Amino acid sequence: MILPLLVSFAAAMPQGETPVPVPVPAPAVPAVPAAASTGKTFVVLAETLVTMAGAPIPNGAVLVRDGKIEKVGPATEVAAGADVPVLRAKIVTPGLIDAHSTVGLSGSRNVPHDQDQVEKSAPIQPELRALDAFHPRDELVAWLRGFGITTVHTGHGPGALVSGQTMVVKTHGRSVEADVVVPLAMVAVTLGDGSRGREGKAPGTRAKSVAMLREHLQKAREYVAKRQKDPDTALDLAMETTGKVLAGEVPLLVTVHRAHDILAALRVAKEFGVKIVLDGAAEAYLVGPEILAAGCAVIPHPAMARTGGELKNGTMELAKLLHDAKVPFALQSGYESYVPKTRVVLWEAGVAVGRGLPADAALRALTIDAAKLLGIAARTGTLEVGKDADLAMFDGDPFEYTTHCVGTVIDGVQYVGAPR
Amino acid sequence: MLFRRLSQFTTLCVLTTAALAQERAHAFVGARIEPVDAPVIERGTLLVRGGRIVALGPVADVKVPDDAERIDAAGRTIIPGLVCSHSHIGAVAGADGSGPIQPEVRALDAIDALDPGIQKAQAGGITTVNVMPGSGHLLSGQTVYLKLRDGRTVEDIAIKNADGSIAGGIKMANGTNPQKDPPFAGTRGKAAALMRAQLHRALDHKKKLDAAKDDPSKAPDRSLGLEALVEVLEGKRVVHHHTHRQDDIITVLRLQQEFGFRCVLHHVSEGWMVADQIAAAKVPCSVIVLDSPGGKLEALNLSLTTGAVLDRAGVLVGFHTDDGITDSRLFLRSGALAVRAGMERDKALQALTIANARMLDLQDRVGTLTPGKDADFVVLSGDPFSVYTRVLQTWVEGKKVFDLADPKDRLFANGGYGASEGQAMSMCCFGTEGGQ
Repeated sequence: MILPLLVSFAAAMPQGETPVPVPVPAPAVPAVPAAASTGKTFVVLAETLVTMAGAPIPNGAVLVRDGKIEKVGPATEVAAGADVPVLRAKIVTPGLIDAHSTVGLSGSRNVPHDQDQVEKSAPIQPELRALDAFHPRDELVAWLRGFGITTVHTGHGPGALVSGQTMVVKTHGRSVEADVVVPLAMVAVTLGDGSRGREGKAPGTRAKSVAMLREHLQKAREYVAKRQKDPDTALDLAMETTGKVLAGEVPLLVTVHRAHDILAALRVAKEFGVKIVLDGAAEAYLVGPEILAAGCAVIPHPAMARTGGELKNGTMELAKLLHDAKVPFALQSGYESYVPKTRVVLWEAGVAVGRGLPADAALRALTIDAAKLLGIAARTGTLEVGKDADLAMFDGDPFEYTTHCVGTVIDGVQYVGAPR
Repeated sequence: MLFRRLSQFTTLCVLTTAALAQERAHAFVGARIEPVDAPVIERGTLLVRGGRIVALGPVADVKVPDDAERIDAAGRTIIPGLVCSHSHIGAVAGADGSGPIQPEVRALDAIDALDPGIQKAQAGGITTVNVMPGSGHLLSGQTVYLKLRDGRTVEDIAIKNADGSIAGGIKMANGTNPQKDPPFAGTRGKAAALMRAQLHRALDHKKKLDAAKDDPSKAPDRSLGLEALVEVLEGKRVVHHHTHRQDDIITVLRLQQEFGFRCVLHHVSEGWMVADQIAAAKVPCSVIVLDSPGGKLEALNLSLTTGAVLDRAGVLVGFHTDDGITDSRLFLRSGALAVRAGMERDKALQALTIANARMLDLQDRVGTLTPGKDADFVVLSGDPFSVYTRVLQTWVEGKKVFDLADPKDRLFANGGYGASEGQAMSMCCFGTEGGQ
């Protein structure tokens, strides 16, 4: 057991959370997070400060004030003379970003009344907002936070042709209003087997799925034109949402695995001039040139995703292959229907690194590249002055199995004391 | 892989057993060797011949025979072949929906030895595995212990007991998975009652068998199911019991004490809550390591510390893949995450090897690098518990069954196009190397 290197002053810690050097059995239910500590000022010291904006800084420090990063640099410069509480860790990185999850919607209990990631009464429901479904206090949100994950792109999941909206949210676990970063991030689409309707309902085939999606986009195009001409046209929530997709404001997040389904997704995107992000993309390695030509980003399936069904040709090397091909990508925990109910994107990145993805590329994919993909790079993804004070603190190489996350800071709120 | 198998098959057809016994020795020289039952040898030699471990020790101490194939293993780490005490590879299926208790059903009769899950397990360093039917029944059938040789048929890979029978246990489950409409149990009380009643029937059957002794005319009518349960009551067949919640764990212990069967508790999500009771019952635990709690009500309190807590309480702890719940190719990771959560490193390595071997009554044959034991071992690129370490080779009974340097094996290890296809072996047995 490596003793946590975290040293923290009692004053700087949320009540009731003290460092525990030896793991003790604890229920999965975490303590309710402390209230936002606005106005707090503190310093985070790191033996190695990985800012993701320039070279790592040995003996670096971050000065946090009012939830934002006020200073970053060598400890001698940043912390000199600052009479403020100090957190300390071996390695500190920007708070990690999970580029796609369904956490908060696909609840930990996995019973019908906590599974809100897909609604199957109709195949196309872009009007369903993640905002109205996210359960911030689900234990799994806190579980992710315990591994340094400060921001999650979550929402409606795979399993319907157009299952609904996604959003970007911080992992405080307070309320969706307090924690949301991007209320409407993407619109979730599934092609291939996952889009099939239940009990013989449409869509029943791949071609039908694509036909219905095209038809929907076409109708939305007509709706937008009609509303522009005649503002009295009755408001249609679904069409309003898809109108944002057509306007290029919101991308489609297309969950798709087989190579020919990926091509179908690219075909539709080109026809309607919409932005797409490929999700999963198990066979992306077969259609690299086409993906590059389309210029879309990929959020590859978790490295440890089960290799059944449409993922039977999945590979733990997918992230490495995308990196080698210079396809923009970020990493995800994905959606899980059973146990484990969520994966941990840090661990998925670790396995990808073990399978050849360079560690610095993996760290970028978990921070700045994910932030860019999600359109939140102005606020997070690096440790730079003025950005949100989102930090992940480790007692060693973040990707190593036996390294602990010894603390997480989100918007200047400290979640420390229970190393995982 | 296919062609290596074919050539091995051909070889087997030609060579006699005596010839096999004289096969060339292999010496792995210069490796860091973790025997598990003895201190680590920093720069050692492992010598194997005839499917057995012949010797191991510091390079200076182990004499390599002149005719041995010498393999430079400097910079490598060698550990025993991993033993997984709970897996569903081989496309296994057990009992059907007709009833909750089906002890006559055998995993043996369902296993596809060509299932790619077996190659993937070899790629993860697994050499011995308990393949079980699922947990949707109170008793879903007989399990089978496999040795992951390159084989064509389940008989090629099944482990045999001293009397020639196929080695295996029996799978039971409680909690929510087997809870269904009649004839299944709808509540926990009903589940326990059904199982107790069945075990009493088995006790009666055993009494009749004992009374009849060697007189077949007095013997009761044969019952395949009751005969399997008599083996359970006689301690010849271990009960592998799926159980998560702390009260369900205690129910298993209650049944175990009432009927005296030998038992391993599997998964034990809430085992950390009742560690002392499990320790007092002297029942081992085969623990699942998952990336998060939840996913089912019974696993809400699942903790990465379970292995450490049970071990400290004195329980014999092993880990399992439950493949496809976790991936056999990443079995070492289960031990590594347990270390992360406070388990002693040595204990975590034991939990992937000898502890599981004990749970399968195979501790005299596998689970440690000990002279005389089967030559089952894994060559690693580094520390067993590092994410950067790769399984380079897996050896079973002195034969290499996985080699990361072989592109076909590499496909199984990493995944990719065709990695989940079964092996095309159909033509092999007619003397033709077509078929692929």
